[in-house]
Amino acid sequence: MDLELILNSLPKLLPAALVTLKLLISSLIIGLIIGLGFAILRLNKNIFINKFAYGYSYLFRGTPLLVQIFIIYYGLAQIEYLRSTFLWAIIKEPYWCAIIAFSLNTGAYTSEILRSAFQTIKVGVIEAGKSLGISNKIIFYKIQIPIAIRQSLPAYGNEIILMLKGTSLASTVTLMDLTGVAKYIISTTFKPIEVFIVAGSIYLFMTFCIHNLIKFLEKKYSFSN
Amino acid sequence: MNKLKRTIFSVLASLLIIGSVNANDKIKIATEGAYPPWNSKNEAGKLIGFEVELAWSLCRYIGRQCEIVEQDWDGMIPALQLRKYDAIMAGMSITDERKKVITFSQGYADEVASLAVMKGSDLEGMETPAGINLTKPDSAAKKALKTIEAGLAGKTVCTQTGTIHQNFLESGDVGKINLRTYKTQDEVNLDLEAGRCDVALAAAVAFVDYAEKSGKPVVLVGPTFSGGAFGNGVGVGLRQAAQMGENTTLGKRDAELLRAFNKAIDQARKDGVISRLAIKWFGFDASM
Repeated sequence: MDLELILNSLPKLLPAALVTLKLLISSLIIGLIIGLGFAILRLNKNIFINKFAYGYSYLFRGTPLLVQIFIIYYGLAQIEYLRSTFLWAIIKEPYWCAIIAFSLNTGAYTSEILRSAFQTIKVGVIEAGKSLGISNKIIFYKIQIPIAIRQSLPAYGNEIILMLKGTSLASTVTLMDLTGVAKYIISTTFKPIEVFIVAGSIYLFMTFCIHNLIKFLEKKYSFSN
Repeated sequence: MNKLKRTIFSVLASLLIIGSVNANDKIKIATEGAYPPWNSKNEAGKLIGFEVELAWSLCRYIGRQCEIVEQDWDGMIPALQLRKYDAIMAGMSITDERKKVITFSQGYADEVASLAVMKGSDLEGMETPAGINLTKPDSAAKKALKTIEAGLAGKTVCTQTGTIHQNFLESGDVGKINLRTYKTQDEVNLDLEAGRCDVALAAAVAFVDYAEKSGKPVVLVGPTFSGGAFGNGVGVGLRQAAQMGENTTLGKRDAELLRAFNKAIDQARKDGVISRLAIKWFGFDASM
């Protein structure tokens, strides 16, 4: 075990962890918006809208994230027509391709988490709102959405942790995230064990923080309070 | 520390490889299978290429059975050290940096590196000598590096991770550049063609092979590079006998394997096997 390498790799890996964090947060924000939108579409009674939303989540939950990121990065770049449109400015950049892939992926899972949360809301709660003369719209925004978000916290916490680990795939499209920089250091030192232990520890620490944040939120918004 | 390291290594290795320490076991040779025409895979997934055929020839000279296994480039050297295989034949140039951790047989072929662009690039007219040697660059070579530095300014330069090409681009010989590295050469080729990379650096034959097979207008620009960061030809990568301790059974076996490969390369060169295979796969005699 090369302790010196462990210490020397830290200053290079920590800035890379910020790239990972940036990828994670951007994708989670976009993914949450997509997820909420598609969860609402899933609850729609119109069969076409419903099936469309189901198809999206089925597609992105049914294929590996690595395949999705490859299709978006290398696949779309093969379409020559696309290169002459304004879209190319976005697809040309590995960073945006990664964000698109991660957002669509986490959006699909989030839509499922939120949908099931909406469906577990007891009919009585909505009826209570109606009996007080509150409009359907207000019931949805002020009662259903907050309850659904609270319900889905534990599952969503899991999704954040899975996504954090998913961001390591950004290194496959040349991004220098935590995994990317770890691989880079290994390519010059040929010592994978030491470097991956440091990178792994940083991931573990980030997971630890996310886990505790979710636990705190769960407690804060607990129904029993 | 060193002794402790060696002990840990030996214990780990003996735990990992119990049952596979028979001297007459097959020699396991690793190749990447993704760097045509040096080594690649055909449609059926079978390993082919210059080094695959050369490996079989060398095995016949050594007189032992061989097995050729596939290994991703980025794990090539670590996996050799962990004894997952015994030798590397993967277009790996002999460099001082690598010699710190593994050893090499004598070189069997020259790898000539070159920059490549898509047709229509403004780098196409770059005026440089046909080839430069970086071991002791003369004034013409230094002037060529300046021309290249000016040409690469503001461009995205792509290459495979952990290669001599990456070392060269990061050496400062061509100034500070916007470098992007990929896991495989295939991915470099794809992004060069797509326009994400303005210019790429790899073995000249790798670009020629890609242009021929894909029909895409990839053109070589600038000089061919050798010496310096580009190493001293391609050889068989082997474990240092000292890794296990030179007097241990495994250490002695590693030293013996180096001698066997050197002898086999001598014979293959004398019989013209290396030249013949080089002409078959590269179109010219890259043997050395």
